[in-house]
Amino acid sequence: MASTADVSGLTELNGPPEQRSDDAHGYYTPAPEKLVDAKAPTGLIKDRWTTRKMENRLVNPANRRKLDVIIVGTGLAGGSAAATLGEAGYNVKSFCYQDSPRRAHSIAAQGGINAAKNYKEDGDSTYRLFYDTVKGGDYRSRESNVYRLAEVSANIIDQCVAQGVPFARDYAGLLDNRSFGGVQVSRTFYARGQTGQQLLIGAYQAMERQVAAGTVTQYTRHEMLEVIVVDGKARGIIARDLVTGEIETHLADVVVLASGGYGNVFYLSTNAMGSNVTASWRAHRKGAYMANPCYTQIHPTCIPVSGDHQSKLTLMSESLRNDGRIWVPKNKEDCTKDPRDIPEEDRDYYLERIYPSFGNLVPRDIASRQAKNMCDEGRGVGPMVGDFRRGVYLDFADAIARLGEDAVREKYDNLFDMYERITGENPYQVPMRIYPAVHYVMGGLWVDYDLQSNIPGLFVTGEANFSDHGANRLGASALMQGLADGYFVLPNTIRDYLADGPFEQIDESHPAVVEARTSVEERIDKFLSIGGSRSADSFHKELGNIMWEYCGMERSEDGLRKAIDMIRELKAEFWTNLKVLGTADSLNQSLEKAGRVIDFIELGELMCIDALNRRESCGGHFRAESQTEDGEALRHDEEFAYVAAWEFGGEGGLPVLHKEDLIYTAIEMKQRSYK
Amino acid sequence: MNLTLKIWRQKDAQSSGAMQSYAVEGISEDMSFLEMLDTLNEQLNERGEEPVAFDHDCREGICGSCDLMINGQAHGPEVTTTCQLHMRSFSDGQTITIEPWRAGAFPVVKDLIVDRSAFDRIIQSGGYVSVNTGSAPEANSVPAPRDKAMRAFNVATCIGCGACVAACPNGSASLFLGAKITHLGELPQGQPERMSRVAGMVAQHDAEGFGGCTNIGECASACPKEIPLDVISQLNKDLRDALRAGY
Ligand SMILES: Cc1cc2nc3c(=O)[nH]c(=O)nc-3n(C[C@H](O)[C@H](O)[C@H](O)COP(=O)(O)OP(=O)(O)OC[C@H]3O[C@@H](n4cnc5c(N)ncnc54)[C@H](O)[C@@H]3O)c2cc1C
Ligand code: SF4
Ligand code: FES
Repeated sequence: MASTADVSGLTELNGPPEQRSDDAHGYYTPAPEKLVDAKAPTGLIKDRWTTRKMENRLVNPANRRKLDVIIVGTGLAGGSAAATLGEAGYNVKSFCYQDSPRRAHSIAAQGGINAAKNYKEDGDSTYRLFYDTVKGGDYRSRESNVYRLAEVSANIIDQCVAQGVPFARDYAGLLDNRSFGGVQVSRTFYARGQTGQQLLIGAYQAMERQVAAGTVTQYTRHEMLEVIVVDGKARGIIARDLVTGEIETHLADVVVLASGGYGNVFYLSTNAMGSNVTASWRAHRKGAYMANPCYTQIHPTCIPVSGDHQSKLTLMSESLRNDGRIWVPKNKEDCTKDPRDIPEEDRDYYLERIYPSFGNLVPRDIASRQAKNMCDEGRGVGPMVGDFRRGVYLDFADAIARLGEDAVREKYDNLFDMYERITGENPYQVPMRIYPAVHYVMGGLWVDYDLQSNIPGLFVTGEANFSDHGANRLGASALMQGLADGYFVLPNTIRDYLADGPFEQIDESHPAVVEARTSVEERIDKFLSIGGSRSADSFHKELGNIMWEYCGMERSEDGLRKAIDMIRELKAEFWTNLKVLGTADSLNQSLEKAGRVIDFIELGELMCIDALNRRESCGGHFRAESQTEDGEALRHDEEFAYVAAWEFGGEGGLPVLHKEDLIYTAIEMKQRSYK
Repeated sequence: MNLTLKIWRQKDAQSSGAMQSYAVEGISEDMSFLEMLDTLNEQLNERGEEPVAFDHDCREGICGSCDLMINGQAHGPEVTTTCQLHMRSFSDGQTITIEPWRAGAFPVVKDLIVDRSAFDRIIQSGGYVSVNTGSAPEANSVPAPRDKAMRAFNVATCIGCGACVAACPNGSASLFLGAKITHLGELPQGQPERMSRVAGMVAQHDAEGFGGCTNIGECASACPKEIPLDVISQLNKDLRDALRAGY
């Protein structure tokens, strides 16, 4: 491990950043003051969470019933929070747009969940998990938050096992682990390739138990379309019943958004088709800051694009990189050959070559960028898409020879089946083909240490917030964050806010409620009355192409400026040429889609502005203008070690940039090296 | 490929529905079945006809949202979910009939969408382990024998899609139920509530209007996750034990 001897957390190891460049000049308004997350306790980093839990006020059990909590989202973050707050006795209302909470996008996670249990005695510890996560995030996450995440990680596994989550076990009946990209210890707990499903079912069952107990009421097929803010505090939401079309007002003492990530802004991604930014974006328009929106994680191991019709991309779990070896032909001429006919000496195992100590297990941003480099060089494999072959091999031949086909089958069975079903090729015989795809977003609504946004009473958890992953995310850390937030963090922090409650009664005739409701109704009427000629889907595809081209794996100043203009035009066309058939008072999927797409368009513009401002490469975000001599990403800590928190500047106005300095006390910032 | 689609159209739960015919052209073999429907919907939208409503989300075969009867079979001709079914399983010029799940306990909401909330209510009636957050023992303090853990895992893969119900002539949800009973019943953590769980879940199953199991086995052959039929024997055994014990 690097020199991280100072674990005290008592001295600041870096000074405040000072940005010199201003590429985004004219696209934003700078805020005069710096933003501070005053909530993080100071002192020894290992004591901060304990201190906070002690400081936070309690709510008497008899009073909890009188407090209403709205939770939007039933994924790992929302489901676990609903279960826990329900158990505690609060009156919880839970919302999701699917027909059942069990279908939230978390269900699709494959690889696993990290926890610092050190069951393998390979030197793992809370500190090491913390260190790896901060480093993996390229020093753009908050250290107090990440330390807390590492600290509660072990409890998550205990909780899930007790719920009956069937994790992989060894012959003694004890839990098994594997390792994931970017780390050298085995700390990832998994349930074959379906970890997300098993964890989510655990949280869902715990939540359904509370539904039966009457503490949680679930509203399925409901979409939240607006936050209600009264006297500066979040007091409820406006939701549409997706079956009847009815616009409903739900009031509460506190609102939690656990509505997931917005990777679908790229149209093609590994996200579920319904994943969207609407809940966060509507909150943003109401005043909540959107932090680091341009931080997108590109996942290196997805099934490559095969044609225009494609509606989504499918991830092959990163755990495959434990046993699979990645290569491309050394010679361009071999790219069209059957890979089995290419002899060993003509293969370039490029990750093992360039990064000998991590090899195929380098972090995602590096694995992704190198795959792109190989294809850009003309050494990609698979069908031509545009001017390139966009694929590299992920080869299991060695693993099968070493472990036997049965052992490989047991570890990765369903992933191999899925690959075969989609591509029509058998990966036990021919190497898989993979290519990077948009997977996860590290940006999201700004929250303080208590997971509260800058709007009091509006809390944000899971992928919808920004705080824990920095500019990049290590594998198996999103599931950990979702469950840490929902089971252990939020229930302890929301208490302090609720201790002030119950809050003043409001009713549906309050002007702020009426305003929120009317704005929702007017938007819906507008979508239906434009009467143009293009479907919402066609706008979405066009936006996705712009975003991937100019705000994807590699970004440049010129490209981003161009993208902003293109998005502005697209937005204008949306409002004049959209076509949505059907009515508002019924189930209308085109109408749902229209609302989500326009929010994506607005977000896309902000993402490009954020990317334009950040003239440095870090994590999955590679700025062409900022690279080392040998083409690696180059960060500029002295300029950009800050969180960019954007405030909505009003319709047609410029967004306002608030900066929160990232000051480290337990970890010294280092250039990352995996060589 | 060019295809003729016969699709069930129904405005809402109250209206009566009917089959309608559509022609789609230019379908590629690499498309998934749902991408084929997307193509149809784009064409309908262009013509000014309301697109066909259907449920879907992950499109990776794991969320259990997609649910179509295709040529009379739940999820179509392959053992998989509708979203993972690809057009290479069909041939040029073919006529394909697409209907919503058929079962009294799954009423139609619109077009191809049905209401499966009965499944949530079955889980509410006992499909969980009662452990409050924070009160769990250290995970490795309770070992689970590997073979039992494997069996638990194999049946915990149920995605709650409802194909088993749609395929069953009795509209029984016994496979779904058996999968959950077996999952929790194989693990040490599931033992304390084993009897009350099965009694509660079966009672709710019946109250929802799902039919009884008469060992036909259509459920297991339609299940995209290949949940084996023996979970129903496990269900029956546990239910007998529970009834004997007075639950
Ligand atoms: C294919 C895939 C594989 C992955 N594998 C891993 C892995 O192995 N390990 C790992 O750590 N991470 C993995 N991830 C990332 C991880 O799964 C997600 O980041 C995480 O599950 C997000 O959880 P969440 O609870 O924040 O949100 P989600 O699970 O996305 O839940 C969002 C919820 O919000 C609801 N919602 C959204 N908008 C609205 C609205 N407007 N109104 C009402 N409800 C709304 C939805 O209905 C849903 O219930 C993977 C992701 C993908 C896509
Ligand atoms: S048992 Fe199979 S068919 Fe039935 S709901 Fe579960 S996955 Fe679907
Ligand atoms: S859409 Fe999720 S299983 Fe088919």
